[in-house]
Amino acid sequence: MSQTPVSKPAASPAFDTERSISVVDDMLAEASRLGASAAEAAVNVEAGLSVNVRLGEVDTLEHNRDKGLGITVYFGQRKGSASTSDFSSKAIRETVQAACDIARFTEADDYAGLADAALMATEIPDLDLYHPWSISAEQAIELARDCEAAGRETDARISNSEGAMFSSHDGLRVYGNSHGFRGHYPRSRHSLSCTLIGQDDKGMQRDYWYTIARNPAELEDAEVVGRKAAGRTVSRLGARRLGTCQVPVIFQADVARGLLGHLLGAINGNALYRKASFLLDQQGKQVFPASVRIDERPHLKGALGSAPFDNEGVTTRARDVVQAGILEGYVLDSYAARRLGMQSTGNAGGVHNLFINHDSVSFEDLQQHMGTGLIVTEVMGQGVNTVTGDYSRGASGFWVENGEIQYPVEEITLASTLQSMYQGVQAIASDVDRRGNICTGSWLIDQMTVAGE
Amino acid sequence: MTNSPLGMARAALLSPTGLDEPDLQAVLDQLMGHRIDYADLYFQLSRHESWMLEDSIVREGHHGIEQGVGVRACHAEKTGFAYSDEILLPALTEAAGAARAIAQSGRKGSVQAWRQQAGQQLYLPIDPLASLQAGDKIDLLRSLDAEARRLDPRIQQVTVSLAGVHEIILLAASDGTLAADVRPLVRMSVSVIAEQGGRREQGSGGGGGRVDYGYFLEEERGLGYAREAVRQALVNLEAVAAPAGTMPVVLGSGWPGVLLHEAIGHGLEGDFNRKGSSAFAGRIGEQVASPLCTVVDDGTLPGRRGSLNIDDEGSLTQQTVLIENGRLKGYMQDKFNARLMGMAPTGNGRRESYAHLPMPRMTNTYMLAGEQDPQDIIASVDKGLYAVNFGGGQVDITSGKFVFSASEAYLIENGKVTRPVKGATLIGNGPDVLTRVSMVGNDLALDRGVGVCGKEGQSVPVGVGQPTLKVDSLTVGGTA
Repeated sequence: MSQTPVSKPAASPAFDTERSISVVDDMLAEASRLGASAAEAAVNVEAGLSVNVRLGEVDTLEHNRDKGLGITVYFGQRKGSASTSDFSSKAIRETVQAACDIARFTEADDYAGLADAALMATEIPDLDLYHPWSISAEQAIELARDCEAAGRETDARISNSEGAMFSSHDGLRVYGNSHGFRGHYPRSRHSLSCTLIGQDDKGMQRDYWYTIARNPAELEDAEVVGRKAAGRTVSRLGARRLGTCQVPVIFQADVARGLLGHLLGAINGNALYRKASFLLDQQGKQVFPASVRIDERPHLKGALGSAPFDNEGVTTRARDVVQAGILEGYVLDSYAARRLGMQSTGNAGGVHNLFINHDSVSFEDLQQHMGTGLIVTEVMGQGVNTVTGDYSRGASGFWVENGEIQYPVEEITLASTLQSMYQGVQAIASDVDRRGNICTGSWLIDQMTVAGE
Repeated sequence: MTNSPLGMARAALLSPTGLDEPDLQAVLDQLMGHRIDYADLYFQLSRHESWMLEDSIVREGHHGIEQGVGVRACHAEKTGFAYSDEILLPALTEAAGAARAIAQSGRKGSVQAWRQQAGQQLYLPIDPLASLQAGDKIDLLRSLDAEARRLDPRIQQVTVSLAGVHEIILLAASDGTLAADVRPLVRMSVSVIAEQGGRREQGSGGGGGRVDYGYFLEEERGLGYAREAVRQALVNLEAVAAPAGTMPVVLGSGWPGVLLHEAIGHGLEGDFNRKGSSAFAGRIGEQVASPLCTVVDDGTLPGRRGSLNIDDEGSLTQQTVLIENGRLKGYMQDKFNARLMGMAPTGNGRRESYAHLPMPRMTNTYMLAGEQDPQDIIASVDKGLYAVNFGGGQVDITSGKFVFSASEAYLIENGKVTRPVKGATLIGNGPDVLTRVSMVGNDLALDRGVGVCGKEGQSVPVGVGQPTLKVDSLTVGGTA
């Protein structure tokens, strides 16, 4: 980045912490007054700005300011919920009333209710998630301009641009429930992305790159983001199709993230109790090769997925999800846990920093090891069936022979089942992509079906 | 005129906070004092509810309210945008100050006097949430659950949801537009899991539109969604591996029109063409489809999910011909891109909410009927795929490559539909896939009203449709 960002407290925070906490208190008090036997309430506020610079000029400048509150009430085993963006006392009363009105009509559900009081987080560690950046619109525009310019200068085949986008947001999360739990913490998120278009006599291609972090100092340099976007874009020019074949496949780290996302979908308690998962009853069974370990690290300092407590106030804990290839645990909130006769894993709202271990091999080693096959850099479409594990998606990437990239490919599909893809993981490279809640290196999978011309 | 959408919007959005039209005029005036070419204020009040049944009990219900105002200021190709969830004059003035920062102060633009325009009424200005008593909503959900379970003992899980939105919008713009709309929207969805010999498969059904909940009771439509979900799940229990490779594909009528949405629809949105990032940019007048193909985007179909009386910039929606007898005819435009391209807006300026910027979006996109009997189309295929239901799709508008994922498909062998095959992704190239359409059926159908389109992080309800059609070669992503 051309200007070193300095993290300092914003002149006035984008949100009023005291007010947000009192809104949660007011909602819970109102629920109690209306006769609810239990209740939980949450407030989320966020503010920031986003700019998009295209071809050197400002395209859009957006000032964002969002807030919302939500309440869930229980009358015995009956439940109702409501939400609004209006924090006035009148709106709070009406919203709690609306939730109570709903609970008059929903039916008693034996499994409904708050998470057990014993599971509530008792301390809220500082996870280093809040680094507000009082960047002005002019500075943000400059940053995006530098990023795009560096990308456009990289290669003469870069013919057009969708622009560089900078965004910076700070927010506050507050959650409370009638066990007496109250928790809140601020967090920030800054990102810079660039999308470029390249052209040759065969047509246009576009690709992008981005950097995202809670702390501005951890963002990738703006010029680097632009140059990576350009490199990725021109590498796609001249793409060809492939014939239908069965080959080994490397999923580049950012695409491999999706494969772990499908795993999370299948071991999520909501899918399991609905019997809508291909990993039903697989806890304790071999799902990956014995070399694979997958773990959750909710208290990682400054990480994008870190959280001291989940959406039900349950304390988050580091744990293994897959150990020696064996599925050790599911992803459960308290409702799904009760349905399955288990205990919440602190995952109401999702997982917090999921990591898969990697082998001591680089991406290039992976390519050598594969020899002849396909590198996938993008997948398209919704062709993943979590109920059956069937996998069929559009793809583009590179064709590799004898460990060397031969040419870019596009307009092909990749098919298999997630079961055999997971069992077929041969190696995971050390090029871990940390730009999200799921962190992984690139995967080499033994074989998939490619359909093409 | 309190029964007009404008009267209702004034009463719902402006009166409670003491705002009046002269205030809006003053804010626009303030905006236009800064070398701004165009500015608008978008007020929105949206109330929504949802109910969910699972394990034969209605176990969840939710009610939500969102309201706010979005302020946009445009100067040449620049757009400044800010919004507030408080519809009050100080908040509006502050948002306007932020939005106009896009341009340096200078020559004063002018705000035109409000112009009344003739409206259209494609749906009634009703509140669908109030169209059934809560107890009757519960009964409706239960009836679909009972129907699904009654039809086959292999049905193990049934999830049913009912959702309704009552949205009121008011738009005031520097070009003299003062317009409002009251937009009802309802939807029901059913998802089932069938189990047989340890194998589990899913099926789903659903529908809706800009109507009230009575729609689901008429003609047993709601029960029909349950029957459809069960039918699909049972078909999938028998499905074998889908073929892999390039082959003739017959697409069923209705929802498979998602092909048009992905393959050509997005590529013909004005913003991508103004920026030259679409594979269709600069190709108006060229042959991009077989002469059998005429494709339109039509926001004026009464009661449809993708229809709007006015778009989110106050322009009347219309039928826009995108492809006529195979030739590329026109783009879908919002005011901003139309102005920069020297074209007319087509009523396609849409936004997810007051907190999002409008952009060119589809409404209901479909292909007009041809002359072939659908049975003849299937009979013409020696070996291929017959795909009748889809999960959704995606497109890269720059390379033109698109996918859409079949959730119900069959093999065609010697002109006959034989075995069901597992879902598979179909992939093609937008600018040439329609050139390989060799037969178009006489059975145009629109989808049942469940479509959601995502673009740049914004979701809007849309519709698609088409007659049965045959694509001579399309790549099918199976494993067999």
